[in-house]
Amino acid sequence: MNAAVVVPRRIGADAVNAKGWWGAHRWLLARRAVQLAVLALFLVGPWFDWWIVKGNLSSSLTLGVLPLTDPYVLLQTLAAGHWPQRAAWIGAAIVLAFYLLVGGRTYCSWVCPLNPVTDASAWLRRRLGLKGGAHVTRRTRYAWLATTFVVAAASGTAAWELVNPVSLWQRGLIFGLGAGWAIVAAIFLFDLLVMRRGWCGHLCPVGAFYSLPARFSPLRVVAGQRERCNDCLDCVAVCPEPVVIRPALKGLGGAGPVITSPNCTNCGRCIDVCAVDVFSFGTRWHGDVPLPAPRAMAAAE
Amino acid sequence: MKRRELLADAARLVCGVGVAGLALGLHARHAKARPPQAIRPPGAREEAGFLAACVRCGLCVRACPYHILGLAQPEQPVALGTPYFVARSGPCEMCPGIPCVKACPTGALDPKLTEIEKAHMGVAVLADQQNCLNFLGMRCDICHRVCPLIDKAITLDQQRNARTGQHAQFIPVVHAEACTGCGKCESACPLPVAAIKVLPLELARGEPGKHYRLGWVEKDRAGGSLAAPEPKHEYNLPEGMRYELGEGLSKDEAASAPLPGATPAPQGAPRALQGDRL
Repeated sequence: MNAAVVVPRRIGADAVNAKGWWGAHRWLLARRAVQLAVLALFLVGPWFDWWIVKGNLSSSLTLGVLPLTDPYVLLQTLAAGHWPQRAAWIGAAIVLAFYLLVGGRTYCSWVCPLNPVTDASAWLRRRLGLKGGAHVTRRTRYAWLATTFVVAAASGTAAWELVNPVSLWQRGLIFGLGAGWAIVAAIFLFDLLVMRRGWCGHLCPVGAFYSLPARFSPLRVVAGQRERCNDCLDCVAVCPEPVVIRPALKGLGGAGPVITSPNCTNCGRCIDVCAVDVFSFGTRWHGDVPLPAPRAMAAAE
Repeated sequence: MKRRELLADAARLVCGVGVAGLALGLHARHAKARPPQAIRPPGAREEAGFLAACVRCGLCVRACPYHILGLAQPEQPVALGTPYFVARSGPCEMCPGIPCVKACPTGALDPKLTEIEKAHMGVAVLADQQNCLNFLGMRCDICHRVCPLIDKAITLDQQRNARTGQHAQFIPVVHAEACTGCGKCESACPLPVAAIKVLPLELARGEPGKHYRLGWVEKDRAGGSLAAPEPKHEYNLPEGMRYELGEGLSKDEAASAPLPGATPAPQGAPRALQGDRL
């Protein structure tokens, strides 16, 4: 008679047991490293007078030759009635081509400096066991994306950039934040206390914009070994866009193993927290090639 | 029931986003009101156009070798993230190559501005004539001397000092069409609070009526008077008398013959000048 004490299992604990701590945090650490590196590229100029990149994510110039411009900001200026110069067009085309390739919302999880803030909020929410909160549809961000263009056209200004916390945060870190920290803190608390994954998952029009090219991008997370799934649901618990996983994982409606939703941010957390290695990075055509025999099943025989 | 929920959800979405959009639109209207101390970099389009075009990248800030530009932070009363400088604390040094304009990727700073002397970032106004040292009769002259367009944008106009009755005043006069709004004068004014200030053009400048014509300008342009031939000046004298400066009043023999009546008015002269018997 030894009654097992039921200890609430920590999300990802199985993965840590199976793969070790580093193995279970590989993509998370890679992401943080890339986020830091992008920010550092912008910061070594003002900090050490070592100018690799000038500007910020709205528009920048790398090594004096490579212009990069946020296509969403560019379209806002267009909606506001300004025809931008060629440098901005070229910069936006390069950025758009890049995200067409790697998946638009890869920007959200690998580049956006607000991502560590909202990730921290989500992590704390899980650790504190906070449930519930306000709910709005995830489509809200698309309605808001459209609204930012309407307001830009109606006001003749790039209106969203007057408040946009995403550009405010990165620009602030590079050029001086002022009271901008309060806005970032507000988003942290909003995600923590008001709405789970509220900002990035429901409201942010920047993410909504970048999800548009993601429809066509080849780089995808693939549930290639979905037969192994033991229904622990850790992947869904850590996923910033939990609805994107189920169709590929469970083959709902005959869906292939490729996560095709344009709102998958390619963050790779599902790959990390899966103890049985269901997920991996692959391409959108992955589902067309015959899958190798699942290792788990082969081992069991 | 399902359809009802869907409709309610859609209504909620439209209303919520609509309210937020309205708030953003109103905020955008207010954001166009820039405080007069915040001066845009050279070549900046008029404020509404600038707020449409500027992507807040800060490349102009990085290009400025004198580090006078900054991007507006949330607590500052300038549209968020847009570049500006404050003349009193750091005026534009008017680099000949205008690196800030060249750095702008969108054209918010107009690339057509290639000579910094043609910039109009604002216009200096001698706002406080009570405290300006030159108006008080002293020879401060600092605003004049620091002006990069000395004797074009600011001249010193000599006047009689009415207070002493025996001295001159050298009045700094800003010529708006030449002033670039760099703010050197405001920055250098030795008063604790500057008497001369750079203001946005729309605040500082008046505008003549569209139908106004300056007679002397039109005359110069046409090479002569555009009105009827100018009538010869005449004194209004008793008949048969003439008057010459210095000589005084005398009897006019030539005019006394054809009596009565005034001399015939020159052809084309206004009727008001054709004698007093209309």
